[in-house]
Parts: sequence; C-alpha cells; structure tokens
Amino acid sequence: MSNENLKAKVAEYNAKVEKAAAKFPERKNLPEQRIYTPVDVEGLDYDRDLGLPGSYPFTRGVQPTMYRGRFWTMRMYAGFSTAEESNKRYRYLIESGATGLSCAFDLPTQIGYDSDDAISTGEVGKVGVAIDSLADMEILFDQIDLGKVSTSMTINAPASVLLAMYIAVAEKQGVSADKLNGTIQNDILKEYAARGTYIFPPKPSMRLITNIFEYCSKNVPNWNTISISGYHIREAGSTASQEIAFTIADGIAYCDAAIKAGLKIDDFAGRLSFFWNAHNNVLEEVAKFRASRRVWAKVMKERFGATNPKSWMLRVHTQTAGSMLTAQQPENNVVRVALQTAAAVMGGTQSLHTNSKDEALALPTEDSVRVALRTQQIVAYESGLADIVDPLGGSYYVEALTDQIEKEAWEYIKKIDEIGGAVTAIEKGYIQKEIQDSAYKWQMEVEKGDRVIVGVNKFQIEEKPVEGLLRVDASVGELQKKKLADLRAKRDNGAVQDKLAALEKACQDESVNLMPLILDAVKAYATLGEICGVMRKVFGEYEAHVNL
Amino acid sequence: MEKRIRVLVAKPGLDGHDRGAKVVARALRDAGFEVIYTGLRQTPEQIAEAALQEDVNVVALSLLSGAHPHLFPRVVELVKGKGMTDVLFVGGGVIPDADIPALKDAGIAEVFTPGTPTSAIVEFINANVK
Repeated sequence: MSNENLKAKVAEYNAKVEKAAAKFPERKNLPEQRIYTPVDVEGLDYDRDLGLPGSYPFTRGVQPTMYRGRFWTMRMYAGFSTAEESNKRYRYLIESGATGLSCAFDLPTQIGYDSDDAISTGEVGKVGVAIDSLADMEILFDQIDLGKVSTSMTINAPASVLLAMYIAVAEKQGVSADKLNGTIQNDILKEYAARGTYIFPPKPSMRLITNIFEYCSKNVPNWNTISISGYHIREAGSTASQEIAFTIADGIAYCDAAIKAGLKIDDFAGRLSFFWNAHNNVLEEVAKFRASRRVWAKVMKERFGATNPKSWMLRVHTQTAGSMLTAQQPENNVVRVALQTAAAVMGGTQSLHTNSKDEALALPTEDSVRVALRTQQIVAYESGLADIVDPLGGSYYVEALTDQIEKEAWEYIKKIDEIGGAVTAIEKGYIQKEIQDSAYKWQMEVEKGDRVIVGVNKFQIEEKPVEGLLRVDASVGELQKKKLADLRAKRDNGAVQDKLAALEKACQDESVNLMPLILDAVKAYATLGEICGVMRKVFGEYEAHVNL
Repeated sequence: MEKRIRVLVAKPGLDGHDRGAKVVARALRDAGFEVIYTGLRQTPEQIAEAALQEDVNVVALSLLSGAHPHLFPRVVELVKGKGMTDVLFVGGGVIPDADIPALKDAGIAEVFTPGTPTSAIVEFINANVK
C-alpha cells in the first residue's frame, strides 16, 4: 500500500474512533496520536538514521553484539557511614553477583570538607561514605582487587583528589595505574545546574577537569575521566529531551575546554562517558537513549571532526529514577524499578544501578538492595529483553519519538550555542530556570490529578509507618574525628606542608597540570579538606544565584 | 490591606537537592505569600540571620541528606534566640516517620514528607501562622 493510501485510511480511522473516544474521560499528557504507522516514519533512512549496532550513528547501540556479547555491568551505587561499613557492603555486593562497584560519598567529602570541619556536623557518613584521607580509602577497598574490579565514583568538585587516592591505593596493592578500570563523575557543570555539590567557580573547575583528561590519557588510559550526567538534571525535574540536550551541551563545553587547553579530540573523547536517568515512561525512555546516541555521534563527527569511531560513541551508565520512587506503599517501587530497568535495557545501556524500594524513606537496607539487583538479573536472564539488540528499533512509534526527541534536543543545543555555550547558559541561570519550570509543571499536574502517581494521588490507602529502615549511626562523625586526630598526630606533618605548598604554587600557574601534585599530597596523607582548602584559597568558591 | 505572610524557604546543611524547595517556594508565592529562598548550603546561623533581616512569619526548612536531627532544632533555637518567638517552623524532605516526634518536640510545627501536595503546605501555614 502506498503511503498516500495509508494516510487516507488513517484519517478515516481517526474520524471513526473520534466519536467512540469522546465517551471516555480525557487522559492528559498523552502522545499526539493514538496510533503510529509507516506514515510517521516516512523520512526514515535506515543507513543514515539507524545503521547497525556498533556503527555510526549508533542509534541501535554502541557495541556490535550488545547483550548477546555480555550483559551490561550491574553496578549498585553504595556507600554510607565509615569506610569499614561500606567495605563490608561492597564485598557483599560482589558476592551477590554485582559486576562493578559504585561509590557514594557523604556530602562533606563531595564538597571537600574534612569530617572534623564545623560545617560537616550532622552530615558525616549520611548519604555516602566519609573519606578524609588516603587512610580511609585504603580501608574502603581492603580485600578488593583493584586490578579486577571496575569502580565508579560519584565525585565531582574534588574528583581529582579521590582519583589520586584510588591510584595510590592501587599502587599499594601492586596494581599499576594503567591497569585500572573505572569512572569518576567529574561533571561540574551539572553540579551548578542541578545537583549542588560544586566548590570552585567554573574556570578553575574546567581546568581541573581538563588536567584529569590529560593526565589519564597518559597514565590511566582505561579510566572514564568524566560521566557527563543527565541523571541529576532529570531528577531536578527536566523532561527527557531537556535531560539529553543540557547534558550534551555540557559535553560540548568540556570538549571545547579540552581543545582550548591543547588536547586533541581523539585523544580524550573515547574516554568520555554519559549518565542517563531511566524514568517511568518506558517507550519515551527507550527513544531518549536512542536519540542521545545519534545526537552525540553527530556532534563528535560533524562539530568536532573526531575521526576515531570510539570518539563518536555515547557510552552510558544508567540509574533508575530516584525521584519517581514513592514513600507511599513502597512495595510498588519494586514494580516501577523493574519497568525502568526494562527501559534502560531496551535503550541499550552499558551499565545500570537499580534503586531500592525504600529509598524515598532512607538509605536502602541490604535486603532491599538485593531485590534491586535481582531485578536486573531477572530482566537479563528471564525477560528476553536482552536477547536481541535494540528490540524496539523499527517500531513506528519509537522511531517517530526518537526523531522528535532528537529534534527537541537540537533546538535546545542551538539555543545554548546562541547564549554562548553551556557554561554561560548556566551562569545566566537559563538551564536552571528551564529545569525548574518543568519541575513545577510536573508537580502542578500531579496536584490537579492530570498525572496519576499510584498510591500518591490515586489508589491511596491508610498506611502504617514503615519499619526496619537503615539508620546511620550518629557516632560516625565522632569516629571520623578521632581517626583524623590520630592521622594528624602520626603522619609527617612537615612533608604534608611541603606538598600542600607546592600544590598552592601550582594552582596559581594555569599551565601546570595539578594531578601529579595532588597525587603527591594524597600520598603524604594530606586530608581531602586540606587539599581542597588550598585550592579554595587560590580559586575561590562558586556563588549561585537563584531565580525562582 | 492585610500584611502578606512572609516565608523564608531555606536549605540548611550541605544537601544540594533543591527541586522540592524551589517547587514549594514557587507554590507558596503563587498562593500569595512573600517568599524568600536562601539558596543552598546555609548554616543555621545564616538562616536565623536571614529570618531576622527579612522579618518572616514562617521558616520552611528542606533537607534530604539525613542531617535534619541536628540542623532543624539548631535553626529553631537560633531564630528564637533572636527574640523571634512567633515564627512558625515547618520542615520537609526525606525524613523518616520515626524522626518526626523529636523534630516536633524541638519546635517544628509540621513535617511534610515526599508526596505531599503543595496545597497542604499552604493550608497548614494559613491555619497556623501567628
């Protein structure tokens, strides 16, 4: 049948069902059409727009075999309390079949304060593990072979320091830096825009990031030097298109900065990785993953002139949407996470963290983390979703939606280019405002009932308080303080002062790569707070301006 | 014309999650309140000073990091220490039910947990502001 005939038939169908549909109450936030047909993918050119997995533009996946080769890395984000406690959880996860580690750090660590700093009171060990010095890092990875495991660290402003600690621990284990596998998040732009754990202003922050790119390309070649993150942008309330658009705009800014610092695109682009959110709307999410790969491939090839195919690939870690978990009837979250997992897998993620059902209430217990990990294993081994590559490729709707999300993403990227790039757009508050507006719209839709959240604004029940939640012992702060006092008493303080002074001097000279100096300070057992303190002194601190 | 209710929406501690605080701030403003948002990473001392300077009727604290048992009572203590004894304190965020009684004892009039409609916060403030 020709498309002209089909168009007429679709029109006829729509006219016929319009009347029947009018009998039902109107649901909000639906796709424009109720059915998608070949008419909606008329312009699709298979080679140009999809291609085969492992080849440009990677719409169908970055590896040729995808999960027929091996499954995604099942990587559970974990960390709380002390290094000793978190080490136990990591070893439990590895025994349970997790194939990579993912470290959560507490807020003082993420913002470069020691546990004994007054500002850290009440926060130590709460949302992640407290790391004050190399001594804590040695405990965190005790009996874990850094030559075998791949480790992702959610650390941004002080990423250079934590990476240096990781390299130093590996060295003590007898593992050389070129054997290390893992990722640091190291994405400061989304900290300003959405996540909030920034320290320094954009300029020195971008310098630190490009220093890491350069250092790793020579010394830690298998390390993913950045995880350019849409996850938190989405958590802060953005739409799917905004998530990938703002993140890819950030990615462009990092490439620009690295090129300006004298690096060549193909020397670092292959180590850039991304981080997406797996939200509730399964088909929209699958389309988002596919669209994001196509957009990034074009950016790298057409805009930056990258010639190494590895530079064109958008490799992505995914986490299920924490903001979509409900505190009400928390068992329902197991189902939400299963659907989000399905979306991430059909979207072709390279690694995945699944949230636990109790995370709208507290950090997860060991039992609920097991269910979350089992969810991935069930999708991998039982559901069939991982049995063929890009199972939804060719779906009229998913292809049309992939095109639409790509189009919306380009519009945002163009707009951000016009503003002067992602750094300027963030400094002007443009990206933050767009995210806030989407978050507010979502909340109002929920409150009006236009958007149903099961158990929250529909199908509610009287509930008993949830029992058995994980509680972080309040004594962690005191324990860390004591460890720090011991450390400061027994280390060679003269050496620490020398290394910190050398770092301070280097910070003042933009042409110096800071990584080796940070590594020296870390090895002398300078604390995270001391190292970041030196950088604060030279670089100053970022001040956010909020427009409600 | 009656004086509008003035609300300070504040983020104590190091927590960077401000989606909720910003949505609530905007909803309160749309409900006709005067809203001042502090931005991230405010110490209890800074929040108390802002409450005094802005002469607010309500202090709304948002925290998702788990540091509320320390930080919320500290803010109440410091604000009251400035002689502002009529201020209504409310809190929100990821706060386990088990922690709520202690926060109420410390002077937080109500704690709004995830899933609360902003309209419930507006109603509570209207009914309880002094």
